[in-house]
Amino acid sequence: MAVAAVRRAPLWPMLRLQTWAEFLKLWRVPAFTLTSLFLPVMFYAFIGVGQSSQRIFPNVTFGAYFLASMAVYSVANVMIFSFGISVATERGMKMDVLQRATPMPPLIYLLSKCITALFFAALTLAVLFPFAYVAGNVRLDPSAWVNLASRVLLGSIPFIALGFAIGYLSGPNSAIAVINLIYLPTAFASGLFFPKQLLPQFIQQIAPYLPLHFFGQLGWDAIGAPTDGSVATDWLYLAAYGVFFFAVALWAYRREESRKFT
Amino acid sequence: MPPAAQLIDATKKYGSVEALKGVTIDIELGDVVAMLGPNGAGKTTSISLLLGLRKPTSGKALLFGLKPDDLNARCRVGVMLQESGIPTVLKVRELVDLFRSYYPKPMARDRAIAMAGLEEKANAQVKELSGGQKQRLYFALAVCGDPDVLFLDEPTVGMDVEGRRSFIERIAEFIQMGRTVVLTTHYLEEADQLAKRVIVIDRGLVIADASPQEIKSRVAGKRVRFTSAALTEKDMEGLPVTTSTFVDHTVQLLTNQPEAVLRELFRRGVDMSDLEVSGADLEDAFISLTTHKATD
Repeated sequence: MAVAAVRRAPLWPMLRLQTWAEFLKLWRVPAFTLTSLFLPVMFYAFIGVGQSSQRIFPNVTFGAYFLASMAVYSVANVMIFSFGISVATERGMKMDVLQRATPMPPLIYLLSKCITALFFAALTLAVLFPFAYVAGNVRLDPSAWVNLASRVLLGSIPFIALGFAIGYLSGPNSAIAVINLIYLPTAFASGLFFPKQLLPQFIQQIAPYLPLHFFGQLGWDAIGAPTDGSVATDWLYLAAYGVFFFAVALWAYRREESRKFT
Repeated sequence: MPPAAQLIDATKKYGSVEALKGVTIDIELGDVVAMLGPNGAGKTTSISLLLGLRKPTSGKALLFGLKPDDLNARCRVGVMLQESGIPTVLKVRELVDLFRSYYPKPMARDRAIAMAGLEEKANAQVKELSGGQKQRLYFALAVCGDPDVLFLDEPTVGMDVEGRRSFIERIAEFIQMGRTVVLTTHYLEEADQLAKRVIVIDRGLVIADASPQEIKSRVAGKRVRFTSAALTEKDMEGLPVTTSTFVDHTVQLLTNQPEAVLRELFRRGVDMSDLEVSGADLEDAFISLTTHKATD
């Protein structure tokens, strides 16, 4: 084993450079950077700012509530888009083929993409939070800010798996359409844009089972809004979804492998 | 020590298509091998098996005695593939650095870029490169790990004459470092300029494995084509012709002695029109090689 270790490249610098490359790949595509960083802010400006000081619960303003909604929306958005589109595009351009022929372990590729996605998610929050503070006049305990950010980042991990699955299941041209078709309606149905009570009856019945619903509850709870059930249940459901998405992603990945590399 | 790369009675089927029908190849360290063959002959499939990008249907593919997808084997191998993409928004030097990080003892970044002649484009993004420059970038990515064995699948495809000439010089430079190179091509002259050993593959089989000189001597040099109403195969008997084909009234001959063939045909009183003598292209060369094999 010692001999083998000497003959292989060190993994840490490899991960660092691969992550840097993954970051640049997204950062230099303005369509991605602008939509992931500024779309949530724009939604917040249009929907949240105007009535931000209204109290929707005794000690929760709409500004704070909608901040939690948009934090959840934007972070899940980054995960699904950065993974889904980049994986699908790279497959379409056969970038995976050359990479397969190099001695880079596939795990490095996966890890670098996860780190990049989490970084972008954090960046999104770094834009959204100050905006909500200034324009929406949102005032929370420091612990609530931290709680919201950390919950939202941790809770986004199942959506990495979802993006990964979509990236392997759909073609490079259809990935965006598939994502919009799945993500936007479920974001609406989960009450991230307006209260669930305004949704059609049958959607209200499905809504409590959607992954974004549980994710949203975690966000709303973090800023002190009342939610259905307990936070532990939300985490549990979200984790279950994560396992399911990951299983689908793995299956899709293996299917691709057996088609392309056998 | 095991050979650098080995195919042992390897076959490969894609659905019902048999791309390789039992190929055995040993490539030793220090070999410079050109795999030559027409499109669809099985060259790319052979390379893919050796790199572990495809798995043989039966038989074996080995790199340094290991499975080709073993990362310890891949650490010693650089690759330039025919169909592969790279992120278009990354810069040349960023990509070279990234690929260098995959290998245990890479060469200096500037050296890899210089070997590919991309010094002036080091800070350019991939999308700003021309087709030829992109091809050279692939070369830089293939050599930057300072590999023992370099696989080049159709490295000069789509290049103009000048681009091809300078690219061949770059490959030659790498060969002079004493490294093993395996390249596929359908240009005979490319194989001739670079390789010490030529493996001719046709329809999934190795039909020749010899030095370029030996291969060339077996390939018919000229093509004679004419139209003749009454010619039959019988009229051709005893002529120094490698192959002959008759389609309608058009006759096509491959030969190394076109003058002698024509003199004899005229002497026999063969009536012909639209006479044309030209250099045989590689397609013809393969026809003559396969026929050669069949009559051996």
